[in-house]
Amino acid sequence: MDSSKQTNWAARFAAMTVVCVLALIGIGGLVTSKGAGMAVPDWPTTYGYNMFLFPISQWHGGIFYEHTHRLAATVIGYLTIILAVWLCFSEPRRWVKIMGLAAVFLVALQGLLGGLRVTLLKDVLGVFHAALAQVFLCWIACIAFVGSRWWKTIQANPLEFEASRSLKNSFFIATTLVFTQLILGATMRHQHAGLAVPDFPLAYGKIWPPTDPVFVDKINQSRIDVRDFKPITPFHINIHMAHRVGAFVVLATVLLAWMKARSGFSPSHPLRKLSNFWLGIVVIQAGFGMFTVWFNKPADIATIHVLAGAICLLTGVLGSLALARLTHLATIHGNPLTAATPRVTQTTAIT
Amino acid sequence: MVLSKKLDMKLNRSALIVAALFAAVQAVSAADIVGKITLKGVPPVEKELPLDANCGKLHPAGKPKTRFFVSDGNGGLADTFVYIKDGLTGKTFEVPAEAKVIDQKGCEYAPYVSGLQTKQKLSVKNSDDLLHNVHATPIVAGNKESNQAQLPKSKDLVYSYDNQEILMRFKCDVHPWMFAYVGVVDHPYYSVSAKDGTFKISNVPAGEYTIEAFHRKGGKLTQKVAAGATANFTFEVKETP
Repeated sequence: MDSSKQTNWAARFAAMTVVCVLALIGIGGLVTSKGAGMAVPDWPTTYGYNMFLFPISQWHGGIFYEHTHRLAATVIGYLTIILAVWLCFSEPRRWVKIMGLAAVFLVALQGLLGGLRVTLLKDVLGVFHAALAQVFLCWIACIAFVGSRWWKTIQANPLEFEASRSLKNSFFIATTLVFTQLILGATMRHQHAGLAVPDFPLAYGKIWPPTDPVFVDKINQSRIDVRDFKPITPFHINIHMAHRVGAFVVLATVLLAWMKARSGFSPSHPLRKLSNFWLGIVVIQAGFGMFTVWFNKPADIATIHVLAGAICLLTGVLGSLALARLTHLATIHGNPLTAATPRVTQTTAIT
Repeated sequence: MVLSKKLDMKLNRSALIVAALFAAVQAVSAADIVGKITLKGVPPVEKELPLDANCGKLHPAGKPKTRFFVSDGNGGLADTFVYIKDGLTGKTFEVPAEAKVIDQKGCEYAPYVSGLQTKQKLSVKNSDDLLHNVHATPIVAGNKESNQAQLPKSKDLVYSYDNQEILMRFKCDVHPWMFAYVGVVDHPYYSVSAKDGTFKISNVPAGEYTIEAFHRKGGKLTQKVAAGATANFTFEVKETP
């Protein structure tokens, strides 16, 4: 039997791990949304206990979210190790094995960052922790993707070369902007200052709100929240507004990618479908962003906003990778636009 | 030899007498600064605390509310930290041996706003049958942030800070509605306004000072006042942006 047609269980395991990582990002988002990041002050122990032996009776309040996050993260750590070992024994491509081992490094680094954020009391490490979570998610998804049947059997269609190349650039730019937007969002969330701008589409009734001391004093005096957030500063307002502008930019670039996919590929083409999905999820994500503001940042909506952001990034990364694969294959077999006659599409050796 | 010893004793006695006289004169000339903090305008409505089941049981009469603008209903504003801001330069003050105490009771901190002298001990108690974490979040350089677990009815956690900070926040991340604020100053001349807005800074040495009233939401107001005089402050509720 053709090895490319065989079920790649390691890749399926990686795909299952992606779903688990998404769930973990959701729990992590909930920890921040609930303001529970510091509810367990020690690490790697939990209130002095071995974390696996911490009594369930004590899992109340913020401890529940933070402790669950730690346990779920440990499960992801084990899944990643299993995946890496599996790839080492089953995967013929050396670079994929290296990707598996790198995933172990990333998950270990991520765990360490999370722990140090608690023990060093540094909010800024929370931002890195959030960003690395997204990188890790995409990394595992890439492992799953390069092990998929599609990756191994896809045939380069020379007639789609130019469209693929153009779309690849759009996907790459939009994906980079999505990641930047996620970092902006994480920076905002980890400031623990709550909603710096509480209205939308205007900002304090204006296109761009003032940030002078008198105005900021007024804002802080009128903020009555049970979580008694830190006082708002001009930085908080500016980063919030940058996130809003970022949302428009992301929406515009994803829309552009969608239009390119629409003009370059048939409706049944997977990349066309992927672009449809991407535009859809980005629009939904923008909606969750608005709801987050309108409903004063409820933990569930804010967390779904984080998760949808991760799915936006994931879609962009996988789309970019697929397009890179297609253009790479087309390049190997010659660009039909420069060749005298179009070449016959053929199955390429797995690389 | 004997003569020199007698002379030493005489000198010591004289020094003691002078010191005692000086202290007595100071005590006689020391006076209180009293006043009232008033809030002008209608403050935003306080919100009910989102207590979880465990904490909810500790408040059978109903959930407590946030404490941003605590008032007696007659304009008096509580929880304003009032202290001498200027006029004590160059003077040093003995650190009180007695520790200040903040208690965690019913999943709330009490007192909500209090004062502390630099280097004085601050004891944080846990009177609840619940686990809390005590997360001190100073922002002034030199005052160290810390986050410690405190099991039910366990030993008090003791803190002390070297630098003045108004106001330093303590919070519990297990119960994210729990906050306490401590004004840390390098002298003993401070007070926190009561529910009717009144305050008293006791035994202030004779002289003229700048005192500041700091309210977490109202901001800060200052005025010059002499020991023994009255200082009233009025905070205004600003227009919501």
